[in-house]
This record gives sequence, C-alpha cells and structure tokens, in this order.
Amino acid sequence: MSDKIERRNFLKCMAWAGTGIVWAMNGGVLGSSELVLGAKRTPGFNFVQISDSHIGFNKDPNHDVTKTFQEAVDKINALSEEPAFVIHTGDITHLSRAEEFDTAAQILKGARTSQIYYVPGEHDVFTDDGQLFRERFGRGTQGMGWQSFDYKGVHFVGLINVLNLKQGSGTGLGGNGFGQLGQDQLAWLKNDVKGLSSSTPIVVFAHIPLWTIAPEWGWGTDESEQALLLLKRFGSVTVLNGHVHQIMQKVEGNVTFHTARSTAFPQPSPGTAPAPGPIKDVPADKLRSTLGLTDVSYAGTGGRLAVIDSTLV
Amino acid sequence: MKFNFALLLTLAICLVSFTSRTTNLASTNPNEIVIQNFSFEPATLTVKPGTTVTWVNRDDEPHTATATDKRFNSKTLDTGDRFSQEFNAPGVYNYYCALHPKMTGKIIVK
Repeated sequence: MSDKIERRNFLKCMAWAGTGIVWAMNGGVLGSSELVLGAKRTPGFNFVQISDSHIGFNKDPNHDVTKTFQEAVDKINALSEEPAFVIHTGDITHLSRAEEFDTAAQILKGARTSQIYYVPGEHDVFTDDGQLFRERFGRGTQGMGWQSFDYKGVHFVGLINVLNLKQGSGTGLGGNGFGQLGQDQLAWLKNDVKGLSSSTPIVVFAHIPLWTIAPEWGWGTDESEQALLLLKRFGSVTVLNGHVHQIMQKVEGNVTFHTARSTAFPQPSPGTAPAPGPIKDVPADKLRSTLGLTDVSYAGTGGRLAVIDSTLV
Repeated sequence: MKFNFALLLTLAICLVSFTSRTTNLASTNPNEIVIQNFSFEPATLTVKPGTTVTWVNRDDEPHTATATDKRFNSKTLDTGDRFSQEFNAPGVYNYYCALHPKMTGKIIVK
C-alpha cells in the first residue's frame, strides 16, 4: 500500500517536472561567499520573457495568434508576483506591418508590469531595416537599437542580431545566413560592461540564439564568440533568446543559454524536418501545449538565475 | 492626338504585361522560380536578355528575393505572392531571402 503511494507521488513529481523545466538554480557558492564578505543582500525579483508572437500570421497551425498572445499576457497577469518587467525577444510581428506592431503594443498594454523591453526579430525589420520597430520601441536605445539597464544589481543587455543579414549558403563569417552583431555593436558592448564588477550577474537578451544550434538552418550568430569573450570574466551570465520557437538550453562555464517558446506556433527541432517554419499539423487541442512563456527569477544573492518555462495550458 | 497615342501605348503595354502574367500562372513557365521549403527552385536560372523572371512563394513563411547588390528587391512575399523582374544586361545576378539569408539563388543572363 505504502509502496503504491510512493510510486504515485513519484509519478506526480515527474509530471510536475515535465510541465515546467527548472534547470538552473541559485548557486549556493557565490551566495555564501558574499555572506562571508559581509555584502549587503539585495532582495530578489522576477521578470518574464515572451517571444515570437508573430502578430499577423494566420495559417496552420494557428489562425488566431492575437488570441494566443493575449493568453500569454493573461498568464503574466495571473502570476502570484507581478514581474518587475517583461522582455519580448523579437518577431513581435510577422511582416513588420504598422498595424501588426500596433496590435502587439495594444495587447502588451494590458500586461501587469511596469516596463516592457523589446529587441527585434528578423520579421520585425526585414522590410525597412527596423525603422518602424525603432520608432515604436527604440526610445532610450543606442546605435541601431541596442540597450542596457540595471535592475537590483543585475545588468541587462539587449543586443540586436537581425540587421544586415548577409546572403550566404557556404560557411564562414558572414556567409552562413547567421545572425549578425557587427563590430559597432561589439564596441558598444565592450564599453557598456567595462566598469562593471565581475560579480555582477549579467543577462543578455537577443532574438537569434547566441550559440550555434543548427548551422544548416542559420540558427546561430556570427561574432557571438566575441560578445561572449567580453562577458567571460563575469561569474553569472544568462543568455535569453527566441527565434527557434522551442526550448533549447546549454550551460557552458558561467554562461547559461536558453531559448523560449513562441506564443504563435512551434517549429521543428533541427534534423526532424527539411526546413524550419511552422509545424502545420499540430492538432487544435494540442497547440497551446506547444506555446508558452518564460519566467526568470533572481534570488538576489549573486548566483545563477532560475529560468522556468510554462506552456499556455 | 498626342495624348491619344500615349493612351494607346499604355493600353498596349498593359495588354502585353497582362498576357505575360497569364502565361506565368502556368506551372510550365521556364522563367518562374518557385519558393518552397525555404529554397529557390531552380536555384540557378539562365535566361536571355530581356526576359522577365517571376518568383512565386509557395511556402507558409514569408520570403523575399533580394539582389545581393540591391539592384532588385521583391520586398515581402507572403504565401501566394508573386514578384516579377525584367533582366536586360548580361551578367550574373545573385540574390537571397532577406528574412532567411541561407536561401540563395542566381539569375544568369546571357
């Protein structure tokens, strides 16, 4: 009897683990060393990442992406704790149209949070090199829309890697269809983090992953190694990306990479389809289990951030 | 009189372009490039000077046909959208999709 209960509890636990992936917890080492040094403990906070809302998309498997985006905002509003801010990691729109940007902004106005930060995806900039995007969301940014800010001891950097995409079918720098950071942005980044202490937790957000996931699909960013080299001295770096419409993660030294789900449609994992793009044959009753958002929390102890993904259902 | 001649010419041009568009709808058009599965097919197309080439997007994703040197640019091609470009000067015209730059193709005019 008790054996049975134990098994049931175990299964329950497994089911819970399957609904949200908790993959990086606050590292105790840094926290305790801070205590030894007598550093003042700052209170933690949480924020939400949403991505790839593709407002304007209206084909299989999702003919109402505005609705699923609204549902993601409803999920934000249902959180027990109001997030300090929301970060949208791009592909806000599907075709960079003014009305698509307006719809997205209108829905996000209803989010229970004090601030929303945006970086563009290639779908937001490909018709006008990002002019419409910057008009709406570029306030307070630098260069072509790069930005950084500090919140309760954590330094946030928003990078843009979807401009000046270069033609390419071969391999090598600029010839592989990868995201592009560009030397101007790298110089800005170098200067931006110059004065920070190495114990400052860093969060980098950008649309295309900053590590190579699938070169055959252009899922990677040129010069990302140079960007990561500039962040090498920091004890905790969290990289949040979108673009791939599925959760992918990797830990490399002090850097944790993570990609978020889309709120519009899932994409195939590399190697399972001839090309990226929407998975068209998702049954209507399964769609919401492929879409979602990401909650990130920081305990305020200088350690790693906790990243928890959840689906719309 | 002069005005009438201009009108007639415009009508004639419209008629010609309409006719060519109608023939483009045929799947056998050798000067049509189909965008499907994130690729241009055929990826290399050789045409005579003065040929109008048409791209049609059969993917569920938007694409573009953008010349590497920006000499032509289809802008957004959503599903089913078409874009036509006339090629006169002999040479090699490399192009790609501005949204998915791994997608490349070339038009050879000779």
